[in-house]
Amino acid sequence: MNPHRRSPWIIAATLLTLFFLYAPIVVLIVFSFNASRISPLFTGVITKFGPFQLVSGNVVQSPCGPFHWFCDLSQNTEVLSAARNTLFVAVTATIVSTIIGTMAALALQRYNFRLRTFSQISLYIPIVIPEIVMGITILVMFSQLFTFINDSLHLTGDSQLGLGLWTVILAHISFMIPFVTLVVQARLQGLDKSYEEAAMDLGANEWTTFRRVTFPMILPGVLSGALLAFTLSIDDFIITFFTNGPGSPTLPIYVYGLLRRVITPQLNALSTVWILLVLIAVFLTQRVESRQR
Amino acid sequence: MFKRLRESKSAQGTLLIIPTLIFMVGMLIIPLLLTTVVSFGHPNANGGVTYTFSLDNYIRLLGFTNDCPPGIKTCFTTLYLGILWRSLTLGFNTTVLDILLAFPLAYFIARIHPKWRDTLLFLVLVPMWTNFVIRVYAWMMILREQGVINSLLGWTAGLLHVPFKPLGMIYTPGAVLVGMVYEFLPFMILPIYTSLEKIDNSLYEAAADLGASPFRTFLRVTLPLAMPGIVAGTILVFVPVMGTFIVSDLLGGAQVILIGNLIQRQFLDARDPTFGSAVSLAMMAMTIVATYFYTRKFGFGEEIVV
Repeated sequence: MNPHRRSPWIIAATLLTLFFLYAPIVVLIVFSFNASRISPLFTGVITKFGPFQLVSGNVVQSPCGPFHWFCDLSQNTEVLSAARNTLFVAVTATIVSTIIGTMAALALQRYNFRLRTFSQISLYIPIVIPEIVMGITILVMFSQLFTFINDSLHLTGDSQLGLGLWTVILAHISFMIPFVTLVVQARLQGLDKSYEEAAMDLGANEWTTFRRVTFPMILPGVLSGALLAFTLSIDDFIITFFTNGPGSPTLPIYVYGLLRRVITPQLNALSTVWILLVLIAVFLTQRVESRQR
Repeated sequence: MFKRLRESKSAQGTLLIIPTLIFMVGMLIIPLLLTTVVSFGHPNANGGVTYTFSLDNYIRLLGFTNDCPPGIKTCFTTLYLGILWRSLTLGFNTTVLDILLAFPLAYFIARIHPKWRDTLLFLVLVPMWTNFVIRVYAWMMILREQGVINSLLGWTAGLLHVPFKPLGMIYTPGAVLVGMVYEFLPFMILPIYTSLEKIDNSLYEAAADLGASPFRTFLRVTLPLAMPGIVAGTILVFVPVMGTFIVSDLLGGAQVILIGNLIQRQFLDARDPTFGSAVSLAMMAMTIVATYFYTRKFGFGEEIVV
């Protein structure tokens, strides 16, 4: 019997699901080349290069040709600053949570200490509770804390403490630590302890053993943990929504705000760029993973 | 002191775990406890909290209210229980539809020649990692009154010379369902694929040798072995559907209010953090209890970590 035998029904259902997955993505991309300024109607692609020219709501000519909306997007300072915020939060939170999470994984996997069980359980909390609850509880804590500090120190105006990018970073670090820990712990579990014991027997102290033996061996785990954390941070909407202050949105928050007010083909251009970056990122991670295998 | 630290394994372990504990206690446990305290309080005029110990918010959530027609002291409203019920049924429908859509694709990927497997997984991962908000936007474009579907229908009607009135698809419960099914589909495909991929081909051969029909093989071999994946997928879909407010906000308008919208409004528009806290905690308790019983009954393995 052919192990890869498939019934036509399975193939039909698979194609249907793939169509469902990709139709919206294709729509997003196609409309980023739309000539019409009002995004829902597709009136064709902008074909001519030249000075910007608008005829009855349709862009007929643009210095960037078919890529008009992408050029338009690159002029949008709000998008650029939102993108900068997103990267700043993601990079900072990823570095901190990767270091802390790796330390925790080492502690849980290689050491025995009194708070071990408690630590392990507390690391499951962010994975188990709904994201919105985590966002809400952090918001409640910060707002109560800020009210208390502002009132008791009689802070006014700009010196008042409030939500901002730094509260987003703190929140992101806390939900990313458990994911990094899980990934690194899995790597440590599959690691033979005798390498470390051999290093110690040969006179290396704990730090040298870590630096020269353990760390190089868990590095792939640390990197994939960091990558997971980075993606989660860039993508996060709910927790960021509740812990962000006014005036410094990340990209998902900015897009959400835009969708509630006005929709332009610029948004499609942004989506296309985003999808392209995801494509490249997924492709590269798959390459790295298959080489490791 | 440093010498002792160097020699004590326990102290080293504690030192390594301390930063994690600071974050877990400071950003999770204390906020959770504080939210519990706040949920027993009352809102004051400027959106702050007056600390009391009353169960008013929870009683309000059950539908008992003092805001009644004149002459009656307490009355009952199904407003919040209705929102709860709507969220639960939406979660259930989304999960069932996602299982139905995900299973064939997951099976197909698991049984295909390994050299094609990475390509197909790639096709699942790209929509999954494309931003959540952007994917809602795609459905807004498709379902809008002048959106893609209505444009295509109008164009076809024009060719056939029949009158055409745009269908009202956006801002309906159906639009929210489609959006939710789409958003969480990859989270169902991957766990089911993980458990199907582990099934040894010899099991299928044995079933065929013993004369089982394909349908019987599916019922007695494939489905039971896929159960851990289905359970994990259900948790990964059902729990977030309960708390998501963007999909209902953008595709359901004011028509479809879910628990997530209720919570969000308490903090942003209604400025009643105490009631919002009570709703969040009630929802958290519900999902944890449901997950606990569900997993105890069916069990799941590594599939939960996608």
